Amino acid sequence: MKIATAKDILQLKLTHNLNLFEVALKYEVSNSDLDQDVILDTMSRQWEIMKQAIAQGLDPDNQHLHGKIIGREAIKLKASYESDKSICGMTTTKAITYALSTMEVNMAMGQIVAAPTAGASGVLPGTLKALQEAHHIEDKKIIEALFVAGLIGMIIAKQASLSGAKGGCQAEIGSAAAMAAAATVFLLDGTMEQSFDGAAIAINNMMGLICDPVAGLVEVPCHKRNALGAANALLCAEMVLAGLPSVIPFDEVVQAMKQVGDLLPACHRETATGGIAISKTAKAIEARIMNDE
Amino acid sequence: MENYSIFDIIGPAMIGPSSSHTAGAAKVAYIARSIFGKPIKKATFYLHGSFSTTYKGHGTDKALIAGVCGMRPDDPRIPFSYEKAKTMNIEIQFLKINLDDVHPNTVKIVFEGVDGSTQSIIGSSIGGGKVKIISIDDIDVAITGSYATLITQHLDLPGFVADISQILAKYHINIAFMKVFRETKGENAVMVIESDDVIHKDALEKISALDALNKLTFFEAIH
Repeated sequence: MKIATAKDILQLKLTHNLNLFEVALKYEVSNSDLDQDVILDTMSRQWEIMKQAIAQGLDPDNQHLHGKIIGREAIKLKASYESDKSICGMTTTKAITYALSTMEVNMAMGQIVAAPTAGASGVLPGTLKALQEAHHIEDKKIIEALFVAGLIGMIIAKQASLSGAKGGCQAEIGSAAAMAAAATVFLLDGTMEQSFDGAAIAINNMMGLICDPVAGLVEVPCHKRNALGAANALLCAEMVLAGLPSVIPFDEVVQAMKQVGDLLPACHRETATGGIAISKTAKAIEARIMNDE
Repeated sequence: MENYSIFDIIGPAMIGPSSSHTAGAAKVAYIARSIFGKPIKKATFYLHGSFSTTYKGHGTDKALIAGVCGMRPDDPRIPFSYEKAKTMNIEIQFLKINLDDVHPNTVKIVFEGVDGSTQSIIGSSIGGGKVKIISIDDIDVAITGSYATLITQHLDLPGFVADISQILAKYHINIAFMKVFRETKGENAVMVIESDDVIHKDALEKISALDALNKLTFFEAIH
C-alpha cells in the first residue's frame, strides 16, 4: 500500500470509502505484516505513556522534574485555571497545560512518546487529553485519532521533514500542530477533507518558524512553543468545523513548508547559533550550564 | 522515498529530552554492546560533532552508558545509568574526537572485555531516534537495528554466505536485507542480515558451528 500525499488518501476514500483512521490502520498492517490487534495494542500503549507523562508533570510531589533552565511551570497553570482564572477557556487552557507538563517530563529525562519528535512531544497528547475531558471521549476513539495524526505526520515526513535540524521549528511543532488539528477534526466528526484543511491551516500559521534552542537544549523556546502548537491545533479545528476551509490544499502547503525549510540558514536550524539562542541572556545561561558541568 | 511506519511518527516511546541526542544515543550503544557480546570491563566513548559539544545537557552521556549496560531507549532507568555501570563494574570514559566526514551526532565506542579482547564500533544517531552503525573494527558497515539483526564477523572464505543462506532457509527465515562487508579478500569480513522474523536458537547454533565464523551476534528489532 503506497501513500505519499493527501491526494492518494482522498483517492482511497473515493474508491474504498475509508476514513483516515481506517486508511492508517490498513497502511500499517500492509507495511508491517503485523496483526491488526497487535498494532492497535501498540498504539494503546503509546497513549497510556502519553497520559502518564501528563500526570507526572502535574504531580506536586515530583519536585525533581526540572530541566537545566526551567521546570515545574505546568503546575502553575493548573493552579491558575483551578481558581477560575482561565483566559483562553478550559479546553485550550488544559491543552496548553498538558503540553507543557509533557515537555517538563521530557526535559527531566522522563518517559514520553516522540510525536513526531521529543521536542514537539507535548502538542498532540496535550490537545487530545483536553478534548477527551471536555467531550467525554473514550480511549478507543482517542487511539483512532492517534493513527490519524500519525498518517498526517507521515505525509509531511515523506514530502518535507519533521526535523528541526533540517526544516526549522515549523517542521517540528508546525507538523505536530497539523497532526493534532487533523486528529481534533476527526474526533469531532469532521470530514476527511476538513481534517486535511485543519492540518494545512495549522502549518500555514507556523510557516517559517525557526529553531533557536537556548544552549542547544530542548527547553527554551521549545517548551512554550508546544503550548502554542496545541492552541494552534484547536483554533484551526474550530475554524474548519465552522465551515472555514483552507484556500491552499494540504499537499501544496507541505511543499511550501519544505521550500521554506530548505531556504532557512543553518543558524536557524537547531544549531543554537541564531534567533534568541544568541541573545545576551541565552549566552549567559549557556555559560552557566557549561560551568556547572 | 523512505518507508515509514505510523509508529515512526507516533513514537518511539523514549526517555527524553532529545530523540537524536538521547534515544538515538542509547540505541547506538545498545546495538554496539550486542555486537561486542562479551562481559565489559571498560567502555570508552569518543564523541564527535554535536555529541561532543552538547552531550551533558541532553543526557547523551547517561544514554550511552545505559545502552552499554543493556538498557533500551525507553528504559526508565536511563537517568541512573552511571550508578548502574558502577554496580556492573564497567569503567567509563568520555573523550572528544574528530571523525571528519560523518553525521554530526556520531560516537566511536571502544570496548575492553573482561577477557582482555577489544572492539571498536562507530555509530550515528541520524534523527528521530533512528540510528546507523557505520563501522565495526574499521570495516564499514550499515546496521539500523530496525529489524531482527544477525551479524557475523568471519573470515572471507568461499561458501560461507551460501552456508548461512541454507541454514536460514531451512528454518523458514525470511531475509529482508543481506549485506557483506570486507576490507581485503580472504581476510576479516562482516555480514549483516536483517530479517522480519526472530531467528530460532537452533539456527543460531548451526551458524555458530561454521568454521570461518569468528563471532556471531543476534538481537531483536529495537523500536
